[in-house]
Amino acid sequence: MADDQKKIDEVTGVETTGHVWDDDLEELNKPLPKWWLYIMYATIIWSIGYWILYPAWPLASDYTRGVLGYSQRQIVMDQVEAGKAAQSQFRDAIAKAELGEIPQKDELLEFALAGGAAAFKDNCAPCHGRGAQGFVGYPNLNDDDWIWGGDLEAIHDTIRYGIRNADDDSRQSDMPKFGEEQLLERPQINDVAEYVLSLSGAATDKAAAERGAAVYAEQCAACHGENGKGNAELGAPNLANGIWLYGGDKKDVVESIHTGRGGVMPPWHTRLDDVTLKQLAVYVHSLGGGK
Amino acid sequence: MAVAKNGEEMSALSDALAVLGAAFVAFLGFYLTLFSKDPVMSFHGAVLGVAAVLSAIWVLSSLSGRSEPQPFYNDGPIKFAAVASVFWGLAGFLVGAIIAWQMAYPVLNFDLPWISFGRLRPLHTSAVIFAFGGNALLATSFYVVQRTCKARLFGRWSPWFVVLGYNLFIVIAGTGYVLGITQSKEYAEPEWYADLWLTVVWVVYLIVFGGTLLKRKEPHIYVANWFYLAFILTVAMLHIVNNLALPVSLTSPKSYVIFSGVQDAMTQWWYGHNAVGFFLTAGFLGMMYYFIPKRAERPVYSYRLSIVHFWSLIFLYIWAGPHHLHYTALPDWAQTLGMTFSIMLWMPSWGGMINGLMTLSGAWDKLRTDPVIRMMVVSVAFYGMSTFEGPLMSIKAVNSLSHYTDWTIGHVHSGALGWVGMISFGALYCLFPWLWKRRGLYSMRLVEWHFWIATIGILLYITAMWVSGILQGLMWRAYDKLGFLKYSFIETVDAMHIPYIIRAGGGSLFVIGALLMAYNLWRTARGDEPVDAEEQPRVAAAPELRPALAAAE
Repeated sequence: MADDQKKIDEVTGVETTGHVWDDDLEELNKPLPKWWLYIMYATIIWSIGYWILYPAWPLASDYTRGVLGYSQRQIVMDQVEAGKAAQSQFRDAIAKAELGEIPQKDELLEFALAGGAAAFKDNCAPCHGRGAQGFVGYPNLNDDDWIWGGDLEAIHDTIRYGIRNADDDSRQSDMPKFGEEQLLERPQINDVAEYVLSLSGAATDKAAAERGAAVYAEQCAACHGENGKGNAELGAPNLANGIWLYGGDKKDVVESIHTGRGGVMPPWHTRLDDVTLKQLAVYVHSLGGGK
Repeated sequence: MAVAKNGEEMSALSDALAVLGAAFVAFLGFYLTLFSKDPVMSFHGAVLGVAAVLSAIWVLSSLSGRSEPQPFYNDGPIKFAAVASVFWGLAGFLVGAIIAWQMAYPVLNFDLPWISFGRLRPLHTSAVIFAFGGNALLATSFYVVQRTCKARLFGRWSPWFVVLGYNLFIVIAGTGYVLGITQSKEYAEPEWYADLWLTVVWVVYLIVFGGTLLKRKEPHIYVANWFYLAFILTVAMLHIVNNLALPVSLTSPKSYVIFSGVQDAMTQWWYGHNAVGFFLTAGFLGMMYYFIPKRAERPVYSYRLSIVHFWSLIFLYIWAGPHHLHYTALPDWAQTLGMTFSIMLWMPSWGGMINGLMTLSGAWDKLRTDPVIRMMVVSVAFYGMSTFEGPLMSIKAVNSLSHYTDWTIGHVHSGALGWVGMISFGALYCLFPWLWKRRGLYSMRLVEWHFWIATIGILLYITAMWVSGILQGLMWRAYDKLGFLKYSFIETVDAMHIPYIIRAGGGSLFVIGALLMAYNLWRTARGDEPVDAEEQPRVAAAPELRPALAAAE
């Protein structure tokens, strides 16, 4: 269609441009809305101002730096330094202090608990749970049952070097796989499981438990103790307190004797600094069961 | 006579070219099937080969029908793309709802790799953006360019190649995601061989669209076509540059992107942001510029505004990508440019909103009587809201809170569900009766229901994401008085649970609305009598039927 179809739109009283497409598509010849134009100018002026103040335009080998001398990297580095400086008196004090001294001083204890809690939630919670309540195979850290010892030093060493990993100082112990390696017959495993359950009064078959006592004395007592109280030196759990890492049902105990279990915890001294490790030890120790 | 003969020779030539092209593609496909060591790539080769063989058979079998008179406009490919848009829309929305529920209840991943969040998420984004949105753009651009140029689509087989080839790309990309093939670039996940195929399809798209523009019978090019052309051209450039990669071998699906480090990140977000700018904004503005004035039967509000906002939008959008990389290794100067150009983009974006909304002046009553118009107007309102929110979030101080949080997800969905979704629904509700030559839609009442269900769903979605996003951002940056982070990451995840349920509920409402639409459009295309014909405006009918309707009144 030609350009000569200009007309006045009846509804708005505005002239059309005279272009018509597809029989009835037309356009009004309205000017730009003033407010629209002025806000657009304002955003352009604001941007030019921002370019003058801040780094903005790339040049051949540099860029316009802006009159404020703004540098995001510098700000981040300054903030990191400031954060470190704000914590340094506490961190230095913790670095120098013996583990046992930290809980004696209120402000060190407060700092260690706060830092330990933050580090715990980021690093330990995935296995031990946010409330340190543990899961099957991952010990509960709130109770007073400690496989590798529950005083500050023992907890610190466990965190620092971990358990059954490749670190030179890792805690190591290896319960035999009594079933898999056929060290015990199936009936013997059944009997000793009943005996172990009987230590916490949970046996289901008294006769079997009595038969199991002999097997226990021969195979298990060396590590777990004659009365099943365990041995933290060897990482042998207490079997008499009704706290079970892998479950306390008969089938769980049988499974434990059959496979030997043996969970792994990574060493943390390769990932966290000494001060954080100390804070973690203090925090875990404070959870309720520290000895 | 000479002209007719020339025309016959031309179409014989295009038939021959189509068959030769299909044979070549079939060869490539079956070559991959036989020689690729990767089972997924073999499968994709087989899909490509079978599709090419079927296409060749179709071309050959329609040779005899060449002399039949054809209708002036070429609507076959448009019908296909419109139906594909509805189909992929349903699939994409449904997958979106599923992953939203997975976020609220991770157990719904069922420990199965194929339906894990990590694989379904790109399936969702690609299905809604490229499959649903892309087919809607193909359908409407082919419809609009023919009507506003008074010219038949350029090419005999090329339009079909564009829509079928594009949907083949979608099948290859989507099955690839589920089976574990990805190059891990957001919104550009398909591997090199799928990218190459899309490049070929897209160049033919440009030729068909540009060729139709060149043979137009109108002196001027309508504004909708400027936007469609900008969309097609820029997406071609974005797609090619961001996907520059070296395959490990020609029979391996794996490739390595040629950029690395911060250059890769910058290229990716130059692509990613302009996919928003030119696919989801410019393309759908083209849709808006045709369907709103057509449906409202009113002139476009301001020709001058359309020119100024078009060129300013096109010029400014391309700079805004760096705002996705605030406070990263990206240099300060690039962050500044990304932020300031995003701010300057505010009014150019709103130019489209003003032109869309103000076109209704003198016809505001139609908001009450025509739910299709209402859908498109609400869509423009969501467009205005998210193009205000976008510049706001690009400001570094705001971004330091909003970045990486659900606020971004909410922002994207106010644009995607509100703007892109609703304008496409409006266009589809227009197109189905127009293409299938019906008196109107099967049911306007169902459109009404769709409108309200979808709108409520969107609002639930966006508000839930505002709440969870801001909460998340505040929790991440909270320190205690001794300088330790107050919350661990998992505690912030916990806090998201209720908003995630609300979000998933809102998304599910959106799916239900789309199901109503699919049913309604299916009944319309099938030719069922409208249940509420008297409530539908005359413009709901196909253009050919309107004079008779006017006469009857």
